[in-house]
Amino acid sequence: MTHDGNPTDKPEKGEEKKENIYVPSLVEAQAEIAAKRTRVDREPEQGAPPGRVRPTGGQRVPMLAEADAALEALYARHKKVYPREVHGLFANLRVMLASLTLGIYYGLPWFNWGEGRQAFLIDLPERKFNLFAWTFWPQDLFYLAVILILSALLLFFFTAILGRVWCGFTCPQTVWTEVFLWIERKIDGDRMKQMKLAKLPWNREKIVKRTAKYGAWVLFSLWTGFTFVGFFTPIRELAVSAFSFTLSPWEAFWVFFYGFATFGNAGFMREQVCTYMCPYARFQGAMFDPNTLIISYDKVRGEPRGARGRIVDPKSQNLGHCIDCTLCVQVCPTGIDIRNGLQYQCIACVACVDVCDTVMDKMGYPRGLIRYTTENALEGKPSRILRPRVLIYGSLLGAIAAALVISVLLRIPLDVDVIRDRNTLYRETDDGLVENVYTLRILNMDNSAHAYKLTADGIEGMRMQGDAERLTIESGQVRELVVRLQADPVNLKERSSHIRFRVQAEDSANLVATEEARFLGPVIR
Amino acid sequence: MADFTSKFWEWYILIIVALSIAACFALVIWMSRGRKPGTKVETMGHVWDENLAEFNNPLPIWWLYMFYITLVFGIVYLLIYPGSGVFAGAFKWSEVGQYEQEMKVAEQKYGPLYEKFRTQDIKLVASNPEALKMGQRLFMTYCTACHGSDAGGGPGFPNLRDQDWLYGGQPETIKASIMDGRNGAMPPWGAVLGSEGLHNVSEYVMSLSGRKVNAEAAVAGKEKFQQLCVACHGADGKGNPAMGAPNLTDNVWLYGGSQGAIVKSISDGRNGRMPAHGEFLGDAKVHLLAAYIYSLSNKESKAAK
Repeated sequence: MTHDGNPTDKPEKGEEKKENIYVPSLVEAQAEIAAKRTRVDREPEQGAPPGRVRPTGGQRVPMLAEADAALEALYARHKKVYPREVHGLFANLRVMLASLTLGIYYGLPWFNWGEGRQAFLIDLPERKFNLFAWTFWPQDLFYLAVILILSALLLFFFTAILGRVWCGFTCPQTVWTEVFLWIERKIDGDRMKQMKLAKLPWNREKIVKRTAKYGAWVLFSLWTGFTFVGFFTPIRELAVSAFSFTLSPWEAFWVFFYGFATFGNAGFMREQVCTYMCPYARFQGAMFDPNTLIISYDKVRGEPRGARGRIVDPKSQNLGHCIDCTLCVQVCPTGIDIRNGLQYQCIACVACVDVCDTVMDKMGYPRGLIRYTTENALEGKPSRILRPRVLIYGSLLGAIAAALVISVLLRIPLDVDVIRDRNTLYRETDDGLVENVYTLRILNMDNSAHAYKLTADGIEGMRMQGDAERLTIESGQVRELVVRLQADPVNLKERSSHIRFRVQAEDSANLVATEEARFLGPVIR
Repeated sequence: MADFTSKFWEWYILIIVALSIAACFALVIWMSRGRKPGTKVETMGHVWDENLAEFNNPLPIWWLYMFYITLVFGIVYLLIYPGSGVFAGAFKWSEVGQYEQEMKVAEQKYGPLYEKFRTQDIKLVASNPEALKMGQRLFMTYCTACHGSDAGGGPGFPNLRDQDWLYGGQPETIKASIMDGRNGAMPPWGAVLGSEGLHNVSEYVMSLSGRKVNAEAAVAGKEKFQQLCVACHGADGKGNPAMGAPNLTDNVWLYGGSQGAIVKSISDGRNGRMPAHGEFLGDAKVHLLAAYIYSLSNKESKAAK
């Protein structure tokens, strides 16, 4: 690679060409590159076949005691990344997706479905989950498990085809960081100004700007925390108590907790969440195959890289298409150099593609020196979208999604639990019948009250004695009642017989719930 | 912290805790100073899928700070809570203390709910649907283990739904039964009566409830009954609520109504025990329970709601 040589002559070269191409901060950036440079023996082409580079953490982070030759530090001081603003197709797409996801997040809790009923509300004290027209109960937790499985499969499916699109476009960490970066740019100015400001002593300008920036971040974070709590407690009431400072201690705690988490993660932790904390970031890399779309620098076309004039034919100077402007490094939100190959830090935000395309346009070279491509395509082999793993993920996804939709549509909002009295096996009544006692819990999960008829069958001539044969249960109420079943011992075939309770709504034929139970008694032979 | 019989273990724990924390500090400080070049490892030493390896990159510096934060947290925790042997912690916290504190808070919160019914007449409480609901929940928690969810009882445990009361069915006596408990004692008569005597007495007892018996044996049994049983069960066999002697004429049998069960009751005696709940539940809850139980056998009070 060309990076080893003599780094001193490079900035000069760059400076000469500065006006020709769109590289305002070349000197600075190349110094940065030199500091972050991957060592030669780490270059992916050494060990691996070209193109086939796994995200193996190939980048060497500068070390604490690197200057001190005596000791090598085990902990690296964090170097703040100042991503340059980027425009282009993918940047627009990311803004659109961020607006969409944030719009849903901040807007959804304010949306009502029916009179005063929040459309999306996870009501923990009442143990209810409002989802548009539906109300789900703890008994429906099964659906949550299915939805989580579906989400995981969706992640696998899209990762296998498109790489880490989730990370780059829809992950909350990316989306909120994007918003915080936007605020930072509005207040501190562009990348260069931000870096300059960071080096300034605490003068008046810096204090004003920092106060403004942190203030804006705090406000946005608190709004985020407030909205989050609004998913769990009615947001309109929450807004009233928030503005009158009468939040309950726990509401206040969670507003500030999630506010703080937003502030810390999107303001300071940023790419460190992806590189050090996020498990998905790691295992998505392991789900790639040679047909997965990845962000890749076309080494064959780009190398040898180097600065040159716009009119110069690169071939005459023995140069590839990469002009070494380092813009791809400057725009990178995780601070890596994509030209070193695919790395685990790459969240596939595609900023480097956008910025490289603008440079190629200016230079009059074809676009796509850095592009969305597959490992196979880079090697000149055909890429296939339909592969076994995609087909398996896809069919599982389709089947589970269909099953979920069908089961939600056919869901019966009525539940009955039967608890048999444990201490007495059975009793004999004065007229010689065998009696068992059960406690029934009937839960009306529908949005309206119903009258129900309770019956039991399973043993010939079995009779039910109880507090109520016809019960009316209000919406969302649980009725607990004790019933006694009496059977003639001559009809008992086993010492433990299967019986079945059946709760039937009187006004709807479909509203039925049944529950199995046991009836104990002596067998007369 | 007097859980151990010997002071030795308390010091043992204290020393181990202190040494562990000091050792962790030493380890973290030692590891934060870096290592000599040349001793470092290039990769973590594992290779997957042909060429997938992980470089031994340094941890971020805030990871080191987290170690220190954890250690400081541990020290602060041990200063506040018991955990270091002889030292009970600055707040003198204990599990029992927390339980008592929480019970006190619960008492303040829920006490008034029970208290408002305590001064009312039980019959009046028994006609209040809200009170009955509370009473039923109390019953489900404390009473169903023996008396069944429907209060129908079982062998050895009285049915609370019927009109037959061992100690009397007045609201006050029901409450007294719950508050102070009852001890029913039927002495064994097997040795006195002999097997024929037992048979005869059982025949007579069954005849009191109008069941078909051997008239000759019943007459013989009556003689023994008048000698031995009348003191408690009364000359007419209608029992005595003052001592919990059951009425033998109503065909309600606490320990089973078959002749075998009746013979066994007479021969071996019975000891029924209702535990006292007054100290455990307190007057207000027992009051509600008594009202609920009273309502079960007095439908008119139920109809009144």
